[in-house]
Amino acid sequence: MHVSVTVNGTRREADVEPRTLLVYFLRETLGLTGTNVGCDTSTCGACTVHVDGQSVKSCTMLAAQADGREVTTIEGMASDGELHPLQRAFHEHHGLQCGYCTPGMIMASDSLIREAGHPLAEEEVRIGLEGNLCRCTGYQNIVKAVVAASQEMHGAPASA
Amino acid sequence: MIPAPFEYVRAESVDHAVALLGEHGEDAKLVAGGHSLLPLMRLRLARPSVLVDVDRLDDLAYVREAGDQIEIGATTRMAEVAASEVLATHNPLVAHAAGHVGDPQVRHRGTFGGSVAHGDPASDPPTVLLALDAQMVVRGPAGERTVAARDFFKGLFETDLGPQDVLTAVRVPKLSTGTGWSYQKFHRRAIDWAIVGVAAVVERSNGSVARAAIGLTNMGLMPMRAEGVEAALAGAAAEPGALAAAAGHAPEGTSPPSDTNGSAEYRRELSKVLVRRALEEALAR
Ligand SMILES: Cc1cc2nc3c(=O)[nH]c(=O)nc-3n(C[C@H](O)[C@H](O)[C@H](O)COP(=O)(O)OP(=O)(O)OC[C@H]3O[C@@H](n4cnc5c(N)ncnc54)[C@H](O)[C@@H]3O)c2cc1C
Ligand code: FES
Ligand code: FES
Repeated sequence: MHVSVTVNGTRREADVEPRTLLVYFLRETLGLTGTNVGCDTSTCGACTVHVDGQSVKSCTMLAAQADGREVTTIEGMASDGELHPLQRAFHEHHGLQCGYCTPGMIMASDSLIREAGHPLAEEEVRIGLEGNLCRCTGYQNIVKAVVAASQEMHGAPASA
Repeated sequence: MIPAPFEYVRAESVDHAVALLGEHGEDAKLVAGGHSLLPLMRLRLARPSVLVDVDRLDDLAYVREAGDQIEIGATTRMAEVAASEVLATHNPLVAHAAGHVGDPQVRHRGTFGGSVAHGDPASDPPTVLLALDAQMVVRGPAGERTVAARDFFKGLFETDLGPQDVLTAVRVPKLSTGTGWSYQKFHRRAIDWAIVGVAAVVERSNGSVARAAIGLTNMGLMPMRAEGVEAALAGAAAEPGALAAAAGHAPEGTSPPSDTNGSAEYRRELSKVLVRRALEEALAR
């Protein structure tokens, strides 16, 4: 079937099998391999992207269901060569080791921060990222990075 | 993993969905958010030959007042149910339970109607609906009908929905100000399903319990009412001893599963503890 999806601001058209999952449409049809697959059970969150601005697990949605919608992947987060505040915060706070979970963490965090509408407390970040697993970092620095980015994104003064 | 091949058709309306299900026969299935169905299809535990997509039936995405009830459209996302102002005012129990389903990504895609239609005894919303004596609004080839929650959940992944039926909405009562509520979801990791869950709706009058409705999650093949607890509570004093004694009836008539999260015996014990906590919390609200 034919699908037309706006991915990172550009309209992309392709003929896909109905059973094509959104994550494989992004990775294999479009070559956007920043979005990862880490499980078979919809639990790890490595595949998180935005559909119409909201975080979703792209391994649990059909490409057909994204037809006509706007999808943002990690490749669409930096603009004009400037890293997104979350990308910068993960870098500065050492929020990653192997980096496999990072694209999903960043996409989930961005959706969380925008939905909250205010800078996030540590506890809110921990609860809000319950759908994203990391096997390396132990989460502490991920949480620090997201708290810091949420302050920047909502214009709060940076705290120590 | 990737699902087995299937044909995909998008429904333009509820009646169109009913017609498409009729046209494609028994092997056709509805898909909404896909968060129950696609995981099963990836594991090839489900292999429908045709998917009829109702995900975009946006006219079924609403939460609104309907007299002394609240009506929740079937394609309303779990996140919207959780954030609903109407529910926050008139039935916070439903919003609370929806807000504890899965994780934020799951709640952005999973629909309230999909959760109800799936009939999974480990799901949270069905138990809450059973405790609230909710009504399901169903459209099928013979027109529309309303089914009480008690008659809707029939077995493991089995509901009153026929092969050509579409669930269009769910109606729950507005809770009076004197009514306390609680949903206790016990799990070891944040993202997990309930090992056991308990929904409580308690009406009090002058220091005693006028009426209590208790629903149990993951204590059998379908969501259940703890009738022994309800009977013991009718007219009972709202004090710790009486509540604990009533909670002791929680496992009566249940047949909980045994799995890596806990044995059936463990779940029976857990249900007593959670019913007691649910009653205490409901009465404190
Ligand atoms: C990682 C993860 C964690 C989860 N954790 C929880 C949890 O903690 N608690 C919990 O309760 N749930 C949990 N869920 C399940 C989730 O809540 C459900 O998957 C979701 O709400 C079902 O809605 P859906 O729109 O995705 O349904 P779908 O998967 O699209 O459909 C489910 C079933 O319902 C049928 N159906 C769908 N819509 C209709 C309709 N309108 N009329 C008739 N039939 C219909 C379909 O044919 C299918 O059989 C979890 C899911 C995932 C992936
Ligand atoms: S790959 Fe999607 S949740 Fe793990
Ligand atoms: S950094 Fe390796 S999985 Fe998170």
